[in-house]
Formats: sequence, structure tokens, C-alpha cells
Amino acid sequence: MKLYLKIWRQSDAASEGKLVDYELDNVIPHMSFLEMMDTLNEQLVLKGDRPVEFDHDCREGICGQCGMMINGQAHGPIANLTTCQLHMREFKDGDTIYVEPFRALAFPIKRDLRVDRSAFDRIIMAGGFVSVNTGQAPEANGIPITHEQAESAFDSAACIGCGACVATCKNSSAALFTSAKISHLAKLPQGKMESRKRVLSMVKQMDEENFGHCSNTEACEVECPQQISVLNIARMNWEYSLSSVLKK
Amino acid sequence: MELNAKIPPGPLKDKWSFYKDHAKLVNPANRKKMDVIVIGTGLAGSAAAASLAEMGYNVKSFCFQDSARRAHSVAAQGGVNAAKNYKNDGDSVYRMFYDTIKGGDFRSREANVYRLAECSAQLIDQAVAQGVPFGREYGGYLNNRSFGGVQVSRTFYARGQTGQQLLLGSYQALMRQVAAKTVKLYTRHEMLDVVVIDGKARGVIVRNLDTGEIERHSAHTVILATGGFGKIYYLSTLAMGCNASAIWRAHKKGALMACPSWTQVHPTSLPQSGDYQSKLTLMSESLRNDGRIWVPLKPSENRKPNDIPESERDYYLERRYPAFGNLAPRDISSRAAKERIDAGFGVGPQRNAVYLDFSKAIKEQGKGRIKEKYGNLFDMYRKITATDAYVEPMMISPAAHFSMGGLWVDYELMTTIPGLFALGEANFADHGANRLGANSLLQACVDGYFIAPYTVSNYLAGEIKSERVPIDHQAFIDAEVQVRAQLSKLLEINGTKTADYFHKTLGKLLYDYCGLSRSKEGLIHAINEIKKLRADFYKDLKVPGDEDEMNGELEKAGRIGDYLEVAELMCLDALTRDESCGAHFREEYQTPEGEALRNDEKFCFVSAWKWRGEGQEELLIPEPLHFENVELAVRSYK
Repeated sequence: MKLYLKIWRQSDAASEGKLVDYELDNVIPHMSFLEMMDTLNEQLVLKGDRPVEFDHDCREGICGQCGMMINGQAHGPIANLTTCQLHMREFKDGDTIYVEPFRALAFPIKRDLRVDRSAFDRIIMAGGFVSVNTGQAPEANGIPITHEQAESAFDSAACIGCGACVATCKNSSAALFTSAKISHLAKLPQGKMESRKRVLSMVKQMDEENFGHCSNTEACEVECPQQISVLNIARMNWEYSLSSVLKK
Repeated sequence: MELNAKIPPGPLKDKWSFYKDHAKLVNPANRKKMDVIVIGTGLAGSAAAASLAEMGYNVKSFCFQDSARRAHSVAAQGGVNAAKNYKNDGDSVYRMFYDTIKGGDFRSREANVYRLAECSAQLIDQAVAQGVPFGREYGGYLNNRSFGGVQVSRTFYARGQTGQQLLLGSYQALMRQVAAKTVKLYTRHEMLDVVVIDGKARGVIVRNLDTGEIERHSAHTVILATGGFGKIYYLSTLAMGCNASAIWRAHKKGALMACPSWTQVHPTSLPQSGDYQSKLTLMSESLRNDGRIWVPLKPSENRKPNDIPESERDYYLERRYPAFGNLAPRDISSRAAKERIDAGFGVGPQRNAVYLDFSKAIKEQGKGRIKEKYGNLFDMYRKITATDAYVEPMMISPAAHFSMGGLWVDYELMTTIPGLFALGEANFADHGANRLGANSLLQACVDGYFIAPYTVSNYLAGEIKSERVPIDHQAFIDAEVQVRAQLSKLLEINGTKTADYFHKTLGKLLYDYCGLSRSKEGLIHAINEIKKLRADFYKDLKVPGDEDEMNGELEKAGRIGDYLEVAELMCLDALTRDESCGAHFREEYQTPEGEALRNDEKFCFVSAWKWRGEGQEELLIPEPLHFENVELAVRSYK
């Protein structure tokens, strides 16, 4: 396959970026999207050009480090997939592909396609944990948790923190990310105790990080590689209202 | 030089208690004055950093990823072992100890392995308290599954994402401490050297990968929890950034490396499909609970798997190892797959795979139950291969996976440099010559949560009077000069080949000569080839850009420069061990049935290697293994 790539190049956060054209021959349908980018970079390096910087690590869809806007869609054209799991068989010979970084005020561009998602870490710091020290834990079977409860908590806990939900949201809202952690912990007896304080503190941090508000378009759920449900956002809103009222 | 593992006295089951009862402590007021550096934020690193910070030490934590949550522990799928005996199937700490020591082909320390089993139950308690959503039965109690190499069900799991869930638990514990300002976290920082002053580890040199800045950090102790280096094979189940640089540079500063050639090749990964490929995705071993492995009876079979009748299939694991069948340990399963593939029975377009078939399990248990157990793995398989494994068998193939070898550590997990600890996959400790499935998450967690807090404190208790070392100390200046020189050297070559070219070439050499099977002739050949490749690397490498900026190619080149040295030591390690044990299979030493043939008389030791300078062959220092509680048996799974 031959591809025409338009890739966002930007030296650093302060510089202006632009789309740069590249042509790439001999792309094989079995290649992953990132392997296609590797091939391009190999050619750039051999020419003495600076290769395209992009985030990636595990390349099996779980570390959450990769993420690009591909033809305007977070992680590309296939729903519920990370960029590293996208394969070139989804494209056709002669296609033009636009490759851009995840864009949000809260995710400043570091270089090319790499963005700074440390805002997510700060949201977790604001309360996305159970306050238990090493050594304090009671016997694991001491508090039974129903099968359904554990499975439901897992569904929320499966978030990989890639930021596709923010990138795809027209408001750049981090509601899906934040609510997934709030729900995961609120659904379990171990996390329930701190849930009121947690929701207020995490939502406050989310707002301070310049994420937008959720306006219920549900676009995030469509792109989420782990299919995190927007019902988590509903639960967050409910927990938030409850906690705000009870606080007074 | 004599190696002293510092095994506590007393009977096996009391050794860890004895250690804890007698370890020196640091009082809370003094802990505030002591600085700890932890490199790596995987399970071992984040667990150690969080636990030590909770105790009151000042911790600095470093990772090369853009968030601590992305360390490669995240990718472990199947589960974590613990001797809880919730299944009432005869499990016990001793049995888990025995399974692990047998699984490692009797090439690990009894005391270490026993402690791993002893601390396992506590880990499950800790993880549940953190909110890890382990799989549960309908009554609300924790569920277990079986893993390879054992006959009990002791594996706890969170669907096929157990590593992710455990890591999120320790990551959240770490972020809680970052918020409390007891940990200062440096993401996108890579350790490039350890600073040794008066024979003790007193700091590190790191590079900020976003800006290229070189930084110096000083502390009273340095903990390396930097994971494994299976990525040295290029095609592996590891993340792209996994590397040996931290432990290798510590090695060159005096820490011994132990058994570096013992690499686990995982039997159930997706096969390679072409030269452009950058990684091999793992399919959890847990799939072997319900999947049956087979190849066609006829070589070069062209029929589709579902068109091949039952009578023309060879379920070779069930045939060769009837007692354990599809749950034979990893080294044995991988070797059996390679044997069939090499004999011409491989399947798939490249004839490099075997089938993993779920049709029987689906017929017996229903698709719904299989989906519940392995849904995300089947989804992942479909995403990568565009094949529905509920309908057609998966195609799998062996891939480099886990480094049993690593920095030599004593019972306290301290390397041969006082004050330098190595935790988790970065060390050689508990797994011997082969690791059992679901023991890696366990070892990383136990090292970080339950062992380091005691042993690091025991060390620091002797350092209370040590002043903080200023970072303008000559040792820091010298280490930084050396690091900068290394970076400049890579940039100045300006040759014609990319870093990836060298990595791929090296990886192929290692797969061919220091992989699933090794021979004297092949290893000697590989050592010569590696030397040539290394010479070519420093003559013909091309790295664009500068050192004082974000430069992914420079990062890669630095790691590959180290790999080219590690690889030579791996081959030397394999060459000098004239026996087969676990993952180390020397073709010259096998039984008539093709099983590994150990030589306990001559090789019942750990090979620890000492760096003697550029261009010099490393020195082998054996640590003899003493077995007082188990008998050295032939490791049979038949």
C-alpha cells in the first residue's frame, strides 16, 4: 500500500505546529499503525531528519501511553481500540491519513504527537485511592463482595488512562476518566468509606486542571478502548450531589 | 571474592521471622532525615516507594514512562499466586515453596523461595484492601484459577488484567504519598548511572527525557526496581521501553549479575507475521486452563484447523506430559512447541505457530462462561488478528518474556554494592532457572511491600550518622561527565544504520543461539558475532538530533549500546553452564526423551558475574546452593 500522511509536527509547547506531508510506500496491511510510524521514522532517521515523536510503550493496548487523533478520531477509525492495536488493514492503498496529537487545553503538546497528561495523575492524587498503608490490611475474605459487585467495580477500574475520552470530547471533559475511578472505589466496601470526600476533591481537581464540563454527548464511551460506560459519569454526578448536600 | 547470601539461621519456616525479629530499626524522628531513591514504578518500585514513604522516609521515585501507572507490570494478564488454600485442595506455604523451587529446576535459594510463599497470603489481603477487584464466586468469596506447573488452584485474578489492577493499587498508594509530599515523583526520567561513594550507593544520574537535561540526585540508599530485559531479543512480550541500562550500569559500578542467560520464553504469544514487527503480544497462560494445544499430525498441513478431524490432531502436551497436560510449565511447553514447529508441523502462513483450541471448553461450559473468564483476551486476539477465537483456534508461538536472571542479591535483596538494592524482575532471586506462571506479580509485590521495608530499614539503621551527600561531590561530577561522554559518543558516530537495525540483528542472534536451545558451538559463534556487531554499532550508528532535547532515537541507542554488552555476557553465562536446567537448555545435555538433563554435582550454583573493565572477560563467582529441606529430584511433569 502507498499512503499519504499529514502529520502534526511541533518542536515544543511554545512553538507553533503544522501538518507536514509524507509519502510512505510498501505499507503492509498486517502492520500495526505504530509499526507504520516506525517505518516512516526509520526512513526519516536515515535521511538525517528528526523522526516523529509519539507516545507508546506496551503496544498491547494496556499501558495507555499511545494515543493519536487519526483522521480526526481518537485512536483512529475503529471503536474501542488503542492506537497500537489499530492495524493498517483498516486503510486502503492511496489513502490520505491525518495524524495529530490528542488535543485539549489540559494536555499541552510536548513535541509532535506527544502530550502531557500529568493532569490525570493529579486527579488521582486528589483522592483516587483507598487510604490504607502497607501492613494494615485485614484478611481478604473478611468482607465478602458479591460476584456482580466485583465485576462491576472491575468494569470501572479497567480504565487505562489514555485520554481518548478527553481528546474526543468537544468540551475536553475528563468526566469519564474521573468518574471511572470514583465509581470503581465507591462500588467496593473498601473504598466506600471515603467516597464522599473523594468525589468532591477529585471533581475539584478536575475543574482546576482546565478540563471542560460534561454535556452528555457520550462520545467518550464510543472511543474508550476499555468501553468504560458513561453510567460512571451518572454515578459521579449522583455521588457529587449527595456529598455536596450532606456536607452542608 | 566470596558471596555471602546472609541467610538467617534456624529452620526454614522460621528464617524470615528470625530476620524480622532481629532487623535493626530506624526511629521515626530519624526516618525523616533519610533519603531513599527508587528507580522504576512497576509493582516492586511503586510498592517499595509507597511503603517506605508511609514509614516516614523521604522518597524520590523515578520512571521513564509519562505516568507511574504505565510501567510494564500493567501488562501482566493471568494472575498472582498465593497459598491461601481457599479451594481446600491441599495447598500450603510449604507446597507453594516446593512447587516454585521445583519449577525453577532447583536453581534458587530455599530461604528466599520459602519467604516468597510465606508472604503471599498477606499480599492478597493488601491488594483487596486497596480496592483491587479480584474475581469472586457468587457467594462473595475470592475465586482462584489454575496455572502451569502446579496441581492446586492458587492463582487470584482480575479477569485477564491482573497486573493492571495490582499496579493501579500500588500506583494509587504511591500517588497518595506524592499528594502527602512524602514522595517526589519524576516521570519521564531515565537512570543513566549510579553514584558510589566510599563503596556505598549514594545517588544516581538521570536524564529528563522531555528536555534532555542531566540531573544529579543524592540519597542514603538506592533501590533499583527496573524490571526485566527480555526486550534484548527485540521481538518479545515486553514494552518498547523496557531495558537493562539501570542494572547494567550498576553492574559496571560493581554489582554482580547473576544467571543473565536465564530467560523465560513464554509459550503462548502471538506469532511473528513479518520483519516490520515490533513486538509479540502475549496471550495469558490462564488460557491453558481451558484451551488445548495441538498441531496437525501431518507435516505442512494446508487444511483449515476446523477441517482437520480429531483423529488427525496431535495434542502433544497431553501426549508427552499426561499428568500436567496443557498446564505443563512454560519452559517445557515452549520447548515442546519449538520441537513440533522445527519438525515441520507448525501452522499459519509462516509455519511458526501451534493451535490453542477452545472448542471443547465452549462445548462443555458454554460460550458465555468462556467469555466471562477470558473475554478481554479473545477481544485482544480479534483486534490484532481479525480472527474470532470462539469459532477458530488461536495461533500461538513462543516469545521471549521474563528475565529470571538479573542483579545478584542476598537475602536482604541487596546487591554487592552496599546500599544498592534490586527488587522484582531486576534481581535474580526466587525463580531459579524457570519462573512459574503468576509468580512474577507476586515476587514484585512481596519484594516491594513486605521485604524492602525491613531490609532497607536494617541498612539505613547503620547510616543514621551519614550526612547527606551534596550533589557537587566529586563522585557526582565524575559520573555526570561519563554519562555526557556516552551520549555525545552516540551522537557523533553519524553513520548509516539506525539503532533499531542493531537491535533487530542482535535479537535474531539471541533467538537463534541463546534462546530456547543453546549449544557450545552456537554460543561461541554468537559471542563473535556480537563483538562484531558492537564494533559496527560504534562505527556506523546514526542518531539524529541533539542530547539537550527530547530525542527518542538517542534513548534507544543508549539502551541498545548496553544490550550489546549484556548479550555477550548472556552467551558467556550459557556457555559456561554445561548442563540443562529450566529455561537453559543445552542441546548437549538432554535425556533420550529430549528433557533437560541437570548436573547437580558440578552446577548446583548460581553464576554471578563480575565486570572487570572494557574488553575483558567477566569473572565467574559461583554462589553454591545448599538444599537442606528438599531433595534434588528429576523435574518431571509426566
